[in-house]
Amino acid sequence: MTSIRGRRILAGALTLVAVAAMAACGSKTTDGNTAAGVSADISGDTVKVGLLNSLSGTMAISEVTVRDSIMLAIEEINAAGGVLGKKIEPVGEDGASDWPTFAEKAEKLIREDRVAAVFGCWTSASRKAVKPVFEKNKALLFYPVQYEGLEQSPYIFYTGATTNQQIVPGLDYLKAQGATSLYLVGSDYVFPRTANKIIKAYAEANGMKVLGEDYAPLGSTEFGTITNKVKSSGADAVFNTLNGDSNVAFFKEYKSAGLTAASMPVVSVSIAEEEVKSIGTQYLEGQLTAWNYYQTTPGATNEKFVAAYKAKFGADKPTSDPMEAAYVSVHLWKAMVEKAGAFDVEKVRGAADGITFEAPEGLVTVDGATQHIAKTARVGKVGADGLITEVWNSGQPITPDPFLKSYPWAGGLS
Amino acid sequence: MTVLFGQLFTGVSIGAVLLLIALGLALTFGQMGVINMAHGEFIMAGAYTTYVLQQVITAAGWSLLIALPVAFVVAGAMGVLLETLLIRRLYARPLDTLLVTWGVSLILQQLARDIFGSPNVQTRAPDLLTGNIGLPGGITVANNRLFILALAGGAVVALTVALRFSPLGRRIRAVVQNRDLAAVSGIATARVDRTTFFVGSGLAGIAGVALTLLGPIGPTMGTNLIIDAFLVVVVGGIGQLRGTVIVAFALGVLQATGEYLTTLSVAKVMVFIAIVAFLQWRPQGLFTLRTRSLA
Amino acid sequence: MTTVVRDPVTAADPAPEPPTSPAASPTRHRIRAAAGFAFGAALLFAVAPLVLSDFRLSLLAKYLCVAMVAVGIGLAWGRGGMLTLGQGVFFGLGGYAMAMHLKLADAGPGAMPDFMLLYGQLDELPLWWRPFASPWFALPATVLLPMAVAFVLGSLVFRRRVRGAYFAILSQALAAAMVILLIGQQGTTGGTNGLTDIQGFFGYDLDDPVNQRMVYFVIAGTLLALLAVARHLTQSRYGELLVAVRDSEERVRFLGYDPATVKLVAYVVAAGMAGLAGALFVPAVGIISPALIGIVPSIEFVIGVAIGGRATLLGPVLGAVAVAWARTALSERFPGTWTYLQGLLFVVVVAFLPGGLASLIGLVRRRDDDAARPGRFGRLRPRRREGTA
Repeated sequence: MTSIRGRRILAGALTLVAVAAMAACGSKTTDGNTAAGVSADISGDTVKVGLLNSLSGTMAISEVTVRDSIMLAIEEINAAGGVLGKKIEPVGEDGASDWPTFAEKAEKLIREDRVAAVFGCWTSASRKAVKPVFEKNKALLFYPVQYEGLEQSPYIFYTGATTNQQIVPGLDYLKAQGATSLYLVGSDYVFPRTANKIIKAYAEANGMKVLGEDYAPLGSTEFGTITNKVKSSGADAVFNTLNGDSNVAFFKEYKSAGLTAASMPVVSVSIAEEEVKSIGTQYLEGQLTAWNYYQTTPGATNEKFVAAYKAKFGADKPTSDPMEAAYVSVHLWKAMVEKAGAFDVEKVRGAADGITFEAPEGLVTVDGATQHIAKTARVGKVGADGLITEVWNSGQPITPDPFLKSYPWAGGLS
Repeated sequence: MTVLFGQLFTGVSIGAVLLLIALGLALTFGQMGVINMAHGEFIMAGAYTTYVLQQVITAAGWSLLIALPVAFVVAGAMGVLLETLLIRRLYARPLDTLLVTWGVSLILQQLARDIFGSPNVQTRAPDLLTGNIGLPGGITVANNRLFILALAGGAVVALTVALRFSPLGRRIRAVVQNRDLAAVSGIATARVDRTTFFVGSGLAGIAGVALTLLGPIGPTMGTNLIIDAFLVVVVGGIGQLRGTVIVAFALGVLQATGEYLTTLSVAKVMVFIAIVAFLQWRPQGLFTLRTRSLA
Repeated sequence: MTTVVRDPVTAADPAPEPPTSPAASPTRHRIRAAAGFAFGAALLFAVAPLVLSDFRLSLLAKYLCVAMVAVGIGLAWGRGGMLTLGQGVFFGLGGYAMAMHLKLADAGPGAMPDFMLLYGQLDELPLWWRPFASPWFALPATVLLPMAVAFVLGSLVFRRRVRGAYFAILSQALAAAMVILLIGQQGTTGGTNGLTDIQGFFGYDLDDPVNQRMVYFVIAGTLLALLAVARHLTQSRYGELLVAVRDSEERVRFLGYDPATVKLVAYVVAAGMAGLAGALFVPAVGIISPALIGIVPSIEFVIGVAIGGRATLLGPVLGAVAVAWARTALSERFPGTWTYLQGLLFVVVVAFLPGGLASLIGLVRRRDDDAARPGRFGRLRPRRREGTA
């Protein structure tokens, strides 16, 4: 009795599926009714832009500060009269440290809010998740964080460093200091793995030895074994691509094992001023970081930026590289729009090449071909006050080369 | 040889951290069958207690020592609050406590974020605990790891003595072995439950203080180790401490060895497979408490 | 625990039913069920597509996938008492199987997916990817692979009578292990990124909103079909047995049944449903990543079920959709507050309303379905701790 009833319902449901599928297929023609090219809503006297950062979850630690600096840039622009006579209206969304959520929110910003551009994302995974969304809808994303390169989407502007503006100069510095062997430690995700591939290729071409390579899952806080391995390798330096919480545990362990900046320096590429604060100078003093910007970078533009940021968000809040890159990205977008004379995405992209901006880190120039920006590379040392002071810089902005085409040793990488 | 000893020590110290966390769980899970997912947040509370105390008492050594009892009380009090408000209503539904306490842990994490901010905070460790002791043969032993090992050892000894010889310990053991019979014999089981929960949660607080020496202090710090600690209790068997102790160190050494030979990811998966295999052999854990209850 | 053994017949045999029980009036019940299905179908196939924008409809498609997982959890946990905190694993297996096929189809015959060239530096497709090039392998695999994993794990675990809390923790550890494994093999699994940028679905361009709509219809239809399967199972004699195992495993064993097999069936079916959900999630959202299958998403699957009403048929579905919707709607405005609300909702519903929101409706309608009241066995046997057995 029961089973017959069940089967009947099952059959009914299956028929429904079949009918629905057929109905759907019947209407399936490529009649030009595609999602592509949702244009921004510029009908009012404001223009909307999207802010897409994690305000909750594990990445909130870093991404909230980026959101803050984007807001600062928007306020500055609005105070100066806006863009093409329109005030910028920010629409914020929370990516919640979850990549599919990033994709969902990006779609919402583009299609429901009809924003002119989106600023945000931090992790490579979140960028990879939203990339198809921006390409499908032909909308613009400004991505403010240093990353692993090997990417060039027509609808993304990369305002952080690519590998040849951060990792390669960092290696050049180590080589100049006489390091001949390296140990690689990183979190287990795309950026460290790709970065380490590049480092290994560089090392091979430059007569350096890579003595070991270890990855810890994101969020891992147990570094006893890795530190043992690092210590017994006797490498000249450690190249650290760990992200987030893991750095705290790694440096505490590193110091306990009796390793110091003098005996085996660590070059980090994901530790900025904010992270220094949460790890503690007790563990970090004297260690190296590679970036394009430090709070201590000299120049009147930076002094103004630091003062404005501290006035708005608190005197104890440091400024850092990704925050600066996010701040710059809003100003660059404004310059592009004004050069193009329109908010239209294709026109903005067309106007991008050669745009310059006097940024806190110094003069930056947009490279239209790669949609990255030319930046000065810097290596700095963590001081007792928790700030990072520059010990070396590249002297002039380095032209972005996301696929490392101009480096012969990188031939096999992409 | 140096590496071998270094790894052995690393394994043992991973075990000590697991043990500190698992001891509290062994009490609450063992006695009441309560799976407290908020245990990780009690660890967090212990760590933040250290941070707050250090704002008041700037000498790193003293603030750490004072933090130990204070964190015990703070986390213990949170445990009692949780027990009184929610868990005691759910003794008949142990699986539901898992879900309810998970909700509680979400709330506590967000609370920590709102009070202390989402970035990690830092505490200064006393200089004595950031160094290491050199042994002959180039072997070094990190002081903070030794401290945690001693702390875990102390906790085990104190707990064993208390359970075996104090009147409260006798009552706890009676309730674990047969709750109904204990109740019939005039033991106020509800009060024993509350005390057990206080001690179990308090141990999490102490684990939190210890963790400030090793890792980050942030809203999500408790979530990383909690699953491993639960596995220790499950594999160790319920109702007895020696299973927990043995399994904690065994898992620590297994993980350190696996990680040394392969990678951390593979080591974690290996540990999981080992646990499933082990439960085939002894589904009730390493040591099973023989009780008269049939359930 | 020694309790007076009640008449075992009432515990396991469905025969003595009160006259108000639905099964006593099959015709009326059947009509009501048919009407319910028709109403649901009308809502999903006619009303939703008319009312919602393309974007919101694609969100609904995503929620419905979560609801499919919830149907399975309702079966395994609500009816079978197995709190599975690792459904993300099965969701992920289904999702990855589907995504692997679609990535290979996007790349074209003989070519390798883009991310492998970027990160894997592989010369050729790894062996275990190759079968997924064929839809005849990949499509069945989305369901059969999770079922097979569930079968292996379930038969190991249930036969050894690992249950209650032990099972919950073990299933959670499985989710953790799976995530770590996937992330560690970046060259062949995409690592943390997962498999992204999926363009086509069996020849249909997924960027086209018409095709997105088609995917939505397929998902809605599948959900209804899964509901029918779940209903069929719970109304059958097997369903009664499952509830009996949940309420007293020992007693069922004494009656000569093998509780391990009974539980295994529900666990495997739930895994298959989660796998199917994962497979359909991929064309709807265009991404599958470890972030979707770890401990947190696995628990979130359970949240929806608990809030909707774990032991009812529709409760899990409505709960899952409601929670997913609330998350989108509220997190847009109050990201911090949402976490409090989520935690609080969970605490309040599970602690004080164990039957979920469905039990509120049940109170009004005074339906007296034994199986739909998970709190009941607790009341019968106060302070029984089956988790520690």
